[in-house]
Amino acid sequence: MSSITGPSGEAQSEAHWAPMTLTEKLLARASKRESVKPGEIVVVEPDVVLSHDNSAAIWEIFQQLPHGKIRRPDRLAITLDHAAPPPTAKHAQNHAQIRQLVREQGISKFYEIGRGICHQVLCEEGVIGPGFTLLGADSHSPHCGWLGAFGAGIGRSEVAALWATGELWLRVPETMRIVLTGRLKPGVTTKDLTIHMIGQLSSDGATYLAVEFAGDGISNLSPDARAVLTNMMAEMGAKNACMAPDAITWDWLESSLARSRPQDADERLATFRESALYPDADAACAVEHHVELSAIEPMVSCPHTVDNVQPLSSVAHTRVDVGFIGTCTNGRLEDIASAADIVRGKRLRRRLLVIPASSMVLRDAIEAGHIAALLDAGATIGTPGCGPCMGNHMGVLAPGEVCISSANRNFRGRMGQRDAEIYLANPAVVAASCVAGYLAHPADLAGGEQA
Amino acid sequence: MTKTKHRVWKYGDKVNTDVIFPGKYTYTISGDPAALARHALEDLDPAFASNVGIGDVIVAGRNWGNGSSREQAVTCLLAAGVHAVIAASFARIYYRNAINSGLLVIECPQIVEAVATGDEIEIDLAATQLYASGRSYGFPQLPGQVLEILDAGGIIPWLRANALADKQ
Ligand code: SF4
Repeated sequence: MSSITGPSGEAQSEAHWAPMTLTEKLLARASKRESVKPGEIVVVEPDVVLSHDNSAAIWEIFQQLPHGKIRRPDRLAITLDHAAPPPTAKHAQNHAQIRQLVREQGISKFYEIGRGICHQVLCEEGVIGPGFTLLGADSHSPHCGWLGAFGAGIGRSEVAALWATGELWLRVPETMRIVLTGRLKPGVTTKDLTIHMIGQLSSDGATYLAVEFAGDGISNLSPDARAVLTNMMAEMGAKNACMAPDAITWDWLESSLARSRPQDADERLATFRESALYPDADAACAVEHHVELSAIEPMVSCPHTVDNVQPLSSVAHTRVDVGFIGTCTNGRLEDIASAADIVRGKRLRRRLLVIPASSMVLRDAIEAGHIAALLDAGATIGTPGCGPCMGNHMGVLAPGEVCISSANRNFRGRMGQRDAEIYLANPAVVAASCVAGYLAHPADLAGGEQA
Repeated sequence: MTKTKHRVWKYGDKVNTDVIFPGKYTYTISGDPAALARHALEDLDPAFASNVGIGDVIVAGRNWGNGSSREQAVTCLLAAGVHAVIAASFARIYYRNAINSGLLVIECPQIVEAVATGDEIEIDLAATQLYASGRSYGFPQLPGQVLEILDAGGIIPWLRANALADKQ
């Protein structure tokens, strides 16, 4: 791969040292350079190469290469999450092939069915963290950027190439800075913020760009809420999305690592403290947007594109048949808690499927009593994983059904059925809609919906 | 220079990977060309798979291929015989996947309005020109290495050839 060099591939050691964005610093580290500029092509050695149920297909491609062995098996991370537990013998066979690959190639970062969705699990397990770089065979790979990491999605063939060589070329993207100020109103979440932005800027608003979140509004956002921001930027076409780590990030890492890897949590945290990077205050960016958080209203993406956006108030009372709370976007504890708070003591008028993003989330949700509240109201709880998000199994739709979902995509056929409709919203709106039987904000339920 | 002639399938803006190749098949169909071809554009244009001919091209609007990183959204078109996708713009991962799988992708916003399904267009890759209904439309030259990868049939054959050459 090293034979691909950009126009400035050779002139790496320019004397002057321009201020850099977080993404530029991350890519400089990953390509072992002092500095990089937008437009340059760099060869990066990612710290993490992510794949999931698609690993067997990647293995098949890899075998067309003469390399034989995976170059850096220690850098691979594989989760079984997209069709887990397997719905058919064919899916089970796919998983069996992946387990064989994992054994044969000595891949230690392997996460079995039920552990959860790749993006969530890799953060919880401290596989990815501040300053690290991840390339993944999954389009929501920008997700990990909420920890101050670089994550970008690539295709299966490129992952096979990465398995063989350990490196890949990337173009250093221009940066779109999104400056957040203020605080969200109660009942409004970062999901509403991202839907709002995608509605304004469209699904290709950030194509080929790095999105960098900045501003003191971030300090008012929880870890769970931050992950929604970087995750959803995939729906705006971004190459990656990130924000600098702060005290909230470090607290989250400390407590997650203590749970997921008590044997070396301190060591891992020290590694991240050393690798952490922060943007230069005066770094130039291609575009800058300012968002005052308190101005955001509850928003909905209507069928069949994420950028078909309406304020919830203007589509309220649309009939729904089923709700889904889960996915790498909105399947975390805070999301499940907000749904549980709404349905507690009520009966659901519509089916509500809740699939926690990871086993850690499920465990916490049980302990906090959220799962009991959801079950009592009539909800269905699924095994941590992607569930019906991409139409594989466990809650796919019937023709003509209308689903209100906390996921990130509502494309035609996404949940397995061409003639179904998917609305996207925050988890509290999904829960409230399943109580009401139509699109509703939790505030609309006030009292009148008691069973 | 060598021009090639193609029949057009025309689509709109923001065609996503789920309607190009449905997610529900991604772990059960990957290497079988006939199965890939059968589901190509299934949720966008049910008439496509049974009527597409070898060498046909797709002409589409903005942001073709947004959404998933699934490569079948590229390989299903190759399997169906599609020669190239010409679009006003492409989603990032789709563009990389296309080149890495050996599918010609051309960004040319000007021609999009000028053609309709069933029209004929000509491509002159060397001259970076497209021809339709008596007019010509230029497009940016692809970088040398990208052409090399396309010529080799994708990143895997290209890497394979390079790795074997290195060993000699
Ligand atoms: S939850 Fe959905 S969007 Fe997230 S990784 Fe799984 S299939 Fe993809």
